[in-house]
Amino acid sequence: MITTRNYTGKMKINILLFSFLFMWIMPGQAQDAQTILDKVDKNMVSKTEITESEMVIRGKRNVQTIGSKSYTEGNKKSFTEYLYPERERGTKMLKLEDRLWIYSPSTDRTIQLSGHMLRQSVMGSDLSYEDMMEDRKLKDIYDAIIVGEETIDERKTWILELTASVEDVSYYKRKIWVDQERFIPLKEELFAKSGQLLKKTTLSDISQIDGRWYPKKINFKDVLKSGNGTDFIIKKIQFNPTIPAYIFTKASLKK
Amino acid sequence: MKLSFQLAFRNLMGAGLRTWLNVGILTFTFLVILFYNGLLDGWNLQAKRDAINWEFGYGQFQHKNYDPYNPFSLQDAHGVFNIRNTSGLIPLLMRPASIFPNGRMLSVTLKGLPKNQQLLKIPVDQLNEQVGAIPVAIGKRMAKTAKLSLGDEISLRWRDKNGTFDAANVKVDAIFNTTINTVDQGQIWMRLADLWRITGMNNEATLMIADQPMPDTSYKDWNYVNQEKLLQNINDVIEVERASARVIYFILLAIALLAIFDTQVLSVFRRQKEIGTYIALGMTKSDVIGLFTLEGSMYSLFSMLLGTLIGLPLFGYLSQKGISFGAFTADLGIGMGDRIYPSFSPSLLISSALIIIISATIVSFIPARKIVTMNPIDALRGKLQ
Repeated sequence: MITTRNYTGKMKINILLFSFLFMWIMPGQAQDAQTILDKVDKNMVSKTEITESEMVIRGKRNVQTIGSKSYTEGNKKSFTEYLYPERERGTKMLKLEDRLWIYSPSTDRTIQLSGHMLRQSVMGSDLSYEDMMEDRKLKDIYDAIIVGEETIDERKTWILELTASVEDVSYYKRKIWVDQERFIPLKEELFAKSGQLLKKTTLSDISQIDGRWYPKKINFKDVLKSGNGTDFIIKKIQFNPTIPAYIFTKASLKK
Repeated sequence: MKLSFQLAFRNLMGAGLRTWLNVGILTFTFLVILFYNGLLDGWNLQAKRDAINWEFGYGQFQHKNYDPYNPFSLQDAHGVFNIRNTSGLIPLLMRPASIFPNGRMLSVTLKGLPKNQQLLKIPVDQLNEQVGAIPVAIGKRMAKTAKLSLGDEISLRWRDKNGTFDAANVKVDAIFNTTINTVDQGQIWMRLADLWRITGMNNEATLMIADQPMPDTSYKDWNYVNQEKLLQNINDVIEVERASARVIYFILLAIALLAIFDTQVLSVFRRQKEIGTYIALGMTKSDVIGLFTLEGSMYSLFSMLLGTLIGLPLFGYLSQKGISFGAFTADLGIGMGDRIYPSFSPSLLISSALIIIISATIVSFIPARKIVTMNPIDALRGKLQ
């Protein structure tokens, strides 16, 4: 769930920064990139969240389903406990700002991941820890513009193109397809500096939960690798619940 | 002394099959010791020569963050070097990356070497400008693992100096054959200029390889590691192999020496009349002990002769043609090629011969000492003592 939370957090782009540029590029267009991203945020961002989800990792030989329960507060704090399969049960992950700890019940040890280790895959999925760790807002690191419109699964979308405005970003360019009526991203593509497509994210099963539209299935795909990518399926979600402060402490990893 | 030699020679010839069995097993042991040591020496020489030619040069200035045993250290192990102050040093930049042959992801180390360098045998000079793809060289084992052939294009993903992902196609422009696994498996070689360009790390290197020995020193972020230290791993591996080989040939030697010992004990027991006669004819007990010891050590001299007759053509042939241990040994790395050429140095020949001669003399002498306690008259009578 950290990923979904971060994803939506990145959608916040500074309206003042881009509105002028957008008005110049697409005169007469009712929406600009920032307004769109703000509306997306309204749908997807809440102060706190508790999520029960499944991650379906498709390997070459087998498909692995990992269940977890996550607690998140803003972009900076999250706590995840893996529930199944048996091999992963009891593994816990705590993210506080730019630090990440993992507790493994088999060794009863907590390790902090740093630097290069964050670039490893999360449990063999198409996601890296680093992908989950990014907590800077997209508006702070990308310049956004609307580059066109497209219909995806009979839904009209705007195509937003985000280009890095700072040097230390993982992906130089992103493209986001946003549903024009429900203000939900339906697709995202991440590009290398050379322009080559690296990763694709597809959001589906969009339904209304507590008065807001929300994607219940997200597929992450490393396009350079064969296979169908990793599915992230939300089984249950609560928006703005009260989460006790002790959840986001290292002590809770061993509980 | 001459008489002792004549007597000893005649006695040994007279013993017939018993002598030749002892000589046979001693010769076999001598040849096995020579072969094992020659093989290890050959491997040692070959591994060191290849390691110097393909990887180490004559020493290296390593960036302070570089840890050859930790691939994750590559991320931060790079620094700017001063071209003017580093003439004679070949810069080598390493970056972690991934390739995607047939949709599989393989983690690799990208290595950049100057196109015009002559120090290492990596064929970067064969990499020519390509349209739409970066030319790279890979080792034979890497090609096999990734199922790549000459001319194949694959996707390569890396991060630039700021950590931003970048990707491009690379074309396999050269495939080289080396015994050094660490420059082959999981390694993609390209021209340093290309690596600098795609990562934005101009004038940066992870290692600076020396083309001649240099004094041990450190310079700012660079620590000098001399050739001897770089080759330490090979020495350690060879030493372990040598220790296990020693166990085998000491067992063989023990068997051969036991045979000589038994023969000597039997001789002293069965040839008492002969011993008595020698003493009656004026030889001292020490002369007789000397004679029996000489007989024992002559087994080793015969085995040297026989060993030379068999070993000279056999080992000469093997050191020319090499010995194939199958393709799997090449995958072990540490400079073990698919053929090993044994090396037989004069010191190896002399030390092996001395081991055989001295140990045979000692085990011949021990049973012969019993002669001192013999009563010559009882011995002449053939009375058991």
